[in-house]
Amino acid sequence: MTAQLEVEDLDVSYGKYQVLRQVSFTVKPGQIGCVLGPSGCGKTTVLRAISGFEPAIGGRILIDQVEVSSNQYCLAPEKRNVGMVFQDFALFPHLSVADNIGFGLKTGRNKDRQARVHELLAIIGMPTYGQAYPHQLSGGQQQRVALARAMAPRPGILLLDEPFSGMDVDLRQQLAREVRDILKQENVTTILVTHDQNEAFAIADNICVMNEGKILQIDTGYNLYHRPVNRFVADFIGEGVIIPARVENQYSVRTELGLISGNTPIDTKQGSMVDVLIRPDDVVHDDASKDSAIVIDRAFRGADFLYYLRMDSGVEVLCLAPSHHNHAINERIGIRLNVDHLVLFERS
Amino acid sequence: MTALIFSIPVLTIVSFLLRPSSEVWQHLVDTVLVDYIFNSALLLVGVALGTLSMGVICAWLTSLCQFPGKSFFSWALLLPLAMPAYIIAYTYTGMFDFAGPIQTQIRDWTGWRYGDYYFPEIRSLGGAMAMLSLVLYPYVYLLARAAFIEQSVCVIEVSRTLGCNAWSSFYRVALPLARPAIVAGLSLALMETLADYGTVSYFGIGVFTTGIFRTWFGLGDSAAAAKLAGILLLFVFTLVVIERGSRRQARYHHTSNRYGQLPQYRLSGLRAGIALVACLLPLIFGFVLPAIQLGLWASDTYVDMVDESFFKITLNTVSLALLAAFLAVLVALILAYTKRVLASPAVIVSVRIVATGYAIPGTVIAIGVIIPFGWFDNWFDLLMLDYFNISTGLLLSGTLFTLIFAYLVRFLAVSIQSVESGLDKIKPSMDEAARSLGYRPMEVLFKVYLPLMKGSVLTAILIVFVDVMKELPATLILRPFNFNTLAVRAFELASDERLADSSSAALMIVVVGLLPVILLSKSISSSRVGS
Repeated sequence: MTAQLEVEDLDVSYGKYQVLRQVSFTVKPGQIGCVLGPSGCGKTTVLRAISGFEPAIGGRILIDQVEVSSNQYCLAPEKRNVGMVFQDFALFPHLSVADNIGFGLKTGRNKDRQARVHELLAIIGMPTYGQAYPHQLSGGQQQRVALARAMAPRPGILLLDEPFSGMDVDLRQQLAREVRDILKQENVTTILVTHDQNEAFAIADNICVMNEGKILQIDTGYNLYHRPVNRFVADFIGEGVIIPARVENQYSVRTELGLISGNTPIDTKQGSMVDVLIRPDDVVHDDASKDSAIVIDRAFRGADFLYYLRMDSGVEVLCLAPSHHNHAINERIGIRLNVDHLVLFERS
Repeated sequence: MTALIFSIPVLTIVSFLLRPSSEVWQHLVDTVLVDYIFNSALLLVGVALGTLSMGVICAWLTSLCQFPGKSFFSWALLLPLAMPAYIIAYTYTGMFDFAGPIQTQIRDWTGWRYGDYYFPEIRSLGGAMAMLSLVLYPYVYLLARAAFIEQSVCVIEVSRTLGCNAWSSFYRVALPLARPAIVAGLSLALMETLADYGTVSYFGIGVFTTGIFRTWFGLGDSAAAAKLAGILLLFVFTLVVIERGSRRQARYHHTSNRYGQLPQYRLSGLRAGIALVACLLPLIFGFVLPAIQLGLWASDTYVDMVDESFFKITLNTVSLALLAAFLAVLVALILAYTKRVLASPAVIVSVRIVATGYAIPGTVIAIGVIIPFGWFDNWFDLLMLDYFNISTGLLLSGTLFTLIFAYLVRFLAVSIQSVESGLDKIKPSMDEAARSLGYRPMEVLFKVYLPLMKGSVLTAILIVFVDVMKELPATLILRPFNFNTLAVRAFELASDERLADSSSAALMIVVVGLLPVILLSKSISSSRVGS
């Protein structure tokens, strides 16, 4: 049943080209982990290594403390008890929905297998679709069937490869929540791979941010947004700008927008130059403020406006304003900073 | 390893190519070789044009257009597949030559006499092109149509939204997507052309196959004959390389999961009429007319020709063809799947070598089989004599085993091609899904591949079955003593200019060949992915 996954210093290469370097992370039983990164960062390779389709050239992979991959050994995919949901679902077109779901149930009595198929059809909310064929289903339904098929043999680990990439944006959030509920209900250890942070936030307990074959940070969604460890993570997760600042004292830096203070001490020497990350929600629209900036672009997002602002020095920042604060491009609006912690990087 | 065994005949022939040349060979080079090359090339070009135009147009019309008679044509156009080229050649000769009903009728109406009028000579290079095109276009039609039908509706709709009209979406999307299938079909047809012996020898045209026969049996020089066969192999190899090359440029996996109803262009009025005629012509000339002629002849002669031995021959032929077809597909499945799972250069190369067997004329394969099997029999006989003082005699030579082995060598290419194009349609994620659900590679083959490839496997079995039934030269040489097939019987009678007497056996080949053609046409229209 539900298993613990440990990936230790995993190296994988395609021919001469090394795709993964020293990848390490652990997912505890029943938890949902996510590998998040831009396309081509090697995240799908992580899944293929865990499922046994790609051999490791260094490091190892352990499922419930049993080594399944190392540079000498690669347990066959069918023996790993690892389920996988493919990006294109890979449903078998010649089998009905029920037969697709039952495909991995090779042992046990016929009655038990049928019971499991019915249980899963109920869990995915498609109890009457057993006799339908894959091509008769919508994308979301195919996706849920693929999920049910992978879960049917009660795998120790479940892998999801970009499971929502083909879906409507509206549907994604809803499906992501549904999938999370199903996974939690089945209590299956899951690794999800995606390039969409909203999906990652909606589903995962813990997220690994990857780039160029390396893991940059492993954390909760909240911490990735508020405490990114480097520029790449800061840039990749959420929106924001990085502006120059001078360290004023142990808790404050001075920027063009004035003194900004955080609640944790800064370990950089006083007077040195640093970069500070300013998120759109750190910049508050306030007509009474003495600081102002010109609107150079704006995006209406329903509940709020995202304003792209240029200050007199030419530095650009983002500002999240409530929906009814409707300002035209080239208009000058008052802003002030409202930062409760500082995210500083060395000057590049 | 399996692949190696089946490459023995090809390797034997190639080894002869490297041997020093004899006087006979020099004589051939000085006199007829240029003619052989020229005629063969011309024949290839003619058959390519003929089969492509008929095959692709009919495939397009019957898969993506709506016009009266469409569903009838979609299977009826396969009928010429049951008609061997040499048989159609006999019937057209019977109909169109000087003493035939057509010219006699013209003379009766007009009062002209010999030399007063022009009438195309059927027993000519042009005639051979026409005969071969008429019976070989179904290869192109079959594979092109399957490709058109299996195209995802999305790609065609996408092209429409990008501003292509019906014609340009055909030209720019459907045709390029179907190109691997069309080229595969064409290369099959051209390999058949190079291998044809019955038609060209009956028409007296000097091409490689007839040259090889003449050199082997007339001049008695097996080495020179094998050398000619070697040059023929170069032609074939070029074809194979072209086919593979065009396939490699793109991997044509389905990128979409949607297989809705294919768009149908509704044709009416004049256009529907043109479509009707375009489909009717190949059918009439490739099947209906020759079949009627055979039927007329057979109704005159069947009383004498159809007896107990005739039924025995029919049974022989069918069981032989079925056995060979199943074995060929089994071996093809193993080879193609091995190639997919372990794509090592050795495996790929040996599968290629096996795939050249198809274009080698039956005669040459027979010789390529007889020589090494004879060596083996003699060696084994000597070995047994030395050690046990038992003479085993000729164990393999002249047995059904040898004959079936030759069929496999010759027709494995057909089954491999169908099986491979079926494999190409299965996305790699399908096997991975099955593997991750706990299936071993061999189980994946049976649970996922075979059901998904039912259409391709049926195609492969059918084509090999029909081919074996029609096969003439290798059977002539390798058949066990007193073992006859329908093709041999028809050939023997026709060679004696007993065209009418040969018609019962010929008609039987056509009729037996028809059943699987109909079965096939049903399965290709229903085995569309996802339906």
